[in-house]
Amino acid sequence: MTHQDTTQQHRADWAEAAVAEHADENAAGYSAHSAAGTEHASREQLVLERIDRARRARPRVREKLITLAHGAGGKATQSLIEAIFLDAFRNPLLEPLEDAATVTAGDVQLAFTTDSYVVSPLFFPGGNIGDLAVNGTVNDLAVSGARPAHLSAGFILEEGFPVDDLRRIVASMAAAATAAGVSIVTGDTKVVQRGKGDGCYINTAGVGLITGGLNLGVATARPGDVVIVSGPVGDHGITIMLERGELDLEADLVSDTAPVHELVQGLLDAVGPEVRAMRDATRGGVATILNEVATAAGVAVVVEEEAVPVRPEVRGACELLGIDPLYVACEGRIVVIVDPGAADAAVAALRAHPLGAGATMVGRVAEDPPGLVLLKTGFGGTRIIDLLVGDPLPRIC
Amino acid sequence: MRFVDEYRDAEKARMLAAKIAALCEPGRHYKFMEVCGGHTHTIYKHGLEDYLPESVSLVHGPGCPVCVIPMGRVDDAIALAEQPDVIMTSFGDMMRVPGGRGSFFDSSAAGTDIRMVYSPLDALKIARQNPDKHVIFMAIGFETTAPSTAMTVLRAAAEGIENFSIFCNHVTIIPAIKAILDSPDLRLDGFIGPGHVSTVIGCRPYEFIASEYGKPLVTAGFEPLDILQSVYMLLQQLDEGRCDVENQYSRVVPWDGNTVALRAVGEVMELRPYFEWRGLGFISHSALQVKEKYAAFDAERQFTLPGVRVADPKACQCGEVLKGVLKPWECKVFGTACTPETPIGTCMVSSEGACAAYYNFGRFTRQRVREVTIEASRA
Repeated sequence: MTHQDTTQQHRADWAEAAVAEHADENAAGYSAHSAAGTEHASREQLVLERIDRARRARPRVREKLITLAHGAGGKATQSLIEAIFLDAFRNPLLEPLEDAATVTAGDVQLAFTTDSYVVSPLFFPGGNIGDLAVNGTVNDLAVSGARPAHLSAGFILEEGFPVDDLRRIVASMAAAATAAGVSIVTGDTKVVQRGKGDGCYINTAGVGLITGGLNLGVATARPGDVVIVSGPVGDHGITIMLERGELDLEADLVSDTAPVHELVQGLLDAVGPEVRAMRDATRGGVATILNEVATAAGVAVVVEEEAVPVRPEVRGACELLGIDPLYVACEGRIVVIVDPGAADAAVAALRAHPLGAGATMVGRVAEDPPGLVLLKTGFGGTRIIDLLVGDPLPRIC
Repeated sequence: MRFVDEYRDAEKARMLAAKIAALCEPGRHYKFMEVCGGHTHTIYKHGLEDYLPESVSLVHGPGCPVCVIPMGRVDDAIALAEQPDVIMTSFGDMMRVPGGRGSFFDSSAAGTDIRMVYSPLDALKIARQNPDKHVIFMAIGFETTAPSTAMTVLRAAAEGIENFSIFCNHVTIIPAIKAILDSPDLRLDGFIGPGHVSTVIGCRPYEFIASEYGKPLVTAGFEPLDILQSVYMLLQQLDEGRCDVENQYSRVVPWDGNTVALRAVGEVMELRPYFEWRGLGFISHSALQVKEKYAAFDAERQFTLPGVRVADPKACQCGEVLKGVLKPWECKVFGTACTPETPIGTCMVSSEGACAAYYNFGRFTRQRVREVTIEASRA
C-alpha cells in the first residue's frame, strides 16, 4: 500500500468548477500532446490569443467575501468596479471610469470626483491623512483638465480618537486647501464605537471648472505619442511602508503628497491641445495608468526602464522587498500622454514648476501588440508590465 | 546602486551573449534547467531570453517554495488558523495560495486572524506582544529559509515563550532534483544550480548529479548577468567534454555551505519519512519536521490537523510544469481557468512560479515584440 492510499482524498470543488467553465475555450485551443512537433511559435500564438479572449471576457467577482485584494487598485479592484458598481450604476458619464466625471450644468462644464482615505499610519514624513485627502481630490480634478474649486469633507472617527490629532489633521487640510486655492464648503461627521474604525477615515469630494475645451482621456492615445512622468516615482508608497516600522529599514524619504493643479496648468498653457491624457499616479502606480491607456486606446505602451526616474532610496527598498517601483503609489506625480511634436515643450513646461523639476520622457505609444505595456529592461531585454494582482502594500492612501 | 547595477550591465550582457552564441554547435539544441524559482523570476523580469540564441532553452524547475505546497497542507494551515485564540502568520507569498477550500486571504476575510510577516522573528515578536493568543508561523521554503525558522524556535525555547509554534513545511532540494533526473520524459543538458539554497548547503551535495547522472551543474547568483554567465559556463563544460559542479556564485556561496546554519536546522528539525509535493506527489525524505525535543513548538503536535489530501483537478498540469516537461503556456488551463487573479495551480501564484512569471512578464511572442520595441526606439 502506498502513502497515497492510506490518506483520505478530497477534490477542490471550486477548482473543478473553474476548469469546467473554461472547458470550451481550452478545447478550442490545442492539446499539448497532439500538437507535438508542430511549429512552436504558432502554437504559442494560439495560446496567447486564447488568453486574450479570456482577458476580454466580462469581468466577474467570484469571491463570496471582500478581500484586501479588492482594494489594491489592481485586477481585483477593476473587476469589482466593473462587475458590481458599473453594472448597477451604468450611465454614459460613469462609463469612461476616468479620475473625474465631466458633467454639464447649463453651459458650464464641471469635473466631479470623490475619494476616501484610510492611510495607516495617519501621520507620516511629508504629510498626514489630512493633506493627502485634499491633495488627492484636487489632483483628480486637475488631471481631468479642470480648475479645482470646491471640496466636501466627510469624517468617520473612532471613539477614543485624540482631539489633538484631529486638530492637526484638520489644520493640514485647511493649509492644503489654501495652497490649492480651493474651499471646503460642506462636510459630515460620524463617530463609530471603539474597535469599529481605525482612528480616522476621511472622504473628500470635489468639483472643478473645465474651461479649456480639451478632449482629454486615456482612450485618445495614438501610436507615436510620448509618455512623460513629472518626477521620481514611488516616494509616497515607500515612505508609508518604512514609517510602519515593520521592516526595520530607515531612509531619508518623505511622501511626495502635493497639489498638482499649477503644474498641470503650466503644461496646458504651453501645449494644451497636444495633450491626450493626464493621470495622477496614485494607488497602483505608473504601471496601472499605462495599462489603462493600453486597454482604453487599444494600443501598446513601450517604456524604457532606465528612463523612469526613481530615487536611490526607493529603488533600494524596492529591491529588498522584491517590488517594482512602477507599481508603487505616488501622491504628487502625474503621467502625461502627449503628441510627439509637443513632447519637448511639454517636458520644458513641467520642469518650469518645482513639482515637475524631474519631469522626463519614459516611453512611447505603439500600435502593436494592442492592450499590452512592454518594458525594455535596463539589462536589454523585454517584458510585460501587467496590472497588479494582490496587494503588496495595503492602506497606502 | 552598488552590488546590483554591475550585474545588470547591458554591454557585458551583449558580450556574453556573443560568446554563448559562438559556443553553440550548429544544429544542436541545448536545454538547461534553472532549479530555483528566484532564477525563473530574474529571467523573466529582465527579459533575459532575448540574449539567448534559439538553440538554447531554459526549462523552469521545481524550486519555488510556494509552488510545491499541496492544497491539503493549505487546508491544514487554515484549520489551524480557525482554532480559537490563534494568530496565524505567514510570508506574503503564501496568502493567495489556494487550498481545497480557498486561500489565507479568503480565510482572513471570513474572520480568522492571519498576518503577513517578513521573517519568523516577526512572528515571535507577535507572540511576545499577545501572550493570551497562540501564534503559529507557517514555515515554508527550501534550505534557504529553514535556518531562520530553526533559529527562531531556538530563540523561543531560550526565552521560554510558550505561545508560539511553527507549522513546518520546509522541503529539501536534492530529492526534488533527483525526482526530475529520474523522470523519463525529460532530457536536460545541465542545471543552473540554486544559489540561495547553496549558501546554506554548499555545492558538495550536487556532486552526484555530475558523477552519477552525467549532467553538469553551475550554482548561480540571482542577477541577470549571473545567469547568463552560468549558461556560458555550462556550454563551456559541454564544449570541453567536461561534466562538473561549478560555482558561479562564489561571492556568496562557500563550497561547504554554512555550517552554523546547518547545525541549527539539525538541532531543531529532522527528515520526514515522506512529504507530498504539489504536482510531483509523495517524495521520500524530501521535507523536514520538528524534532520530538522541540514538540512544544510544533503546531502539528500541539493541534489536531485534518490531514486530508486534496487532488489537483485533472486539467491542472502543475506537475509537468514543475518538472519542466511542459512550458507554462502548454498547460491546458493556462491563462483561462488559471490566471494570477484566480489561480488554480500554485505555479500561477508566487512571483517565482514559472506560470506567473510567464503570464505577468512574458506573455508575448519574442519575435513580434522585438520588432515593436526596435521600431519604438527608432521613432
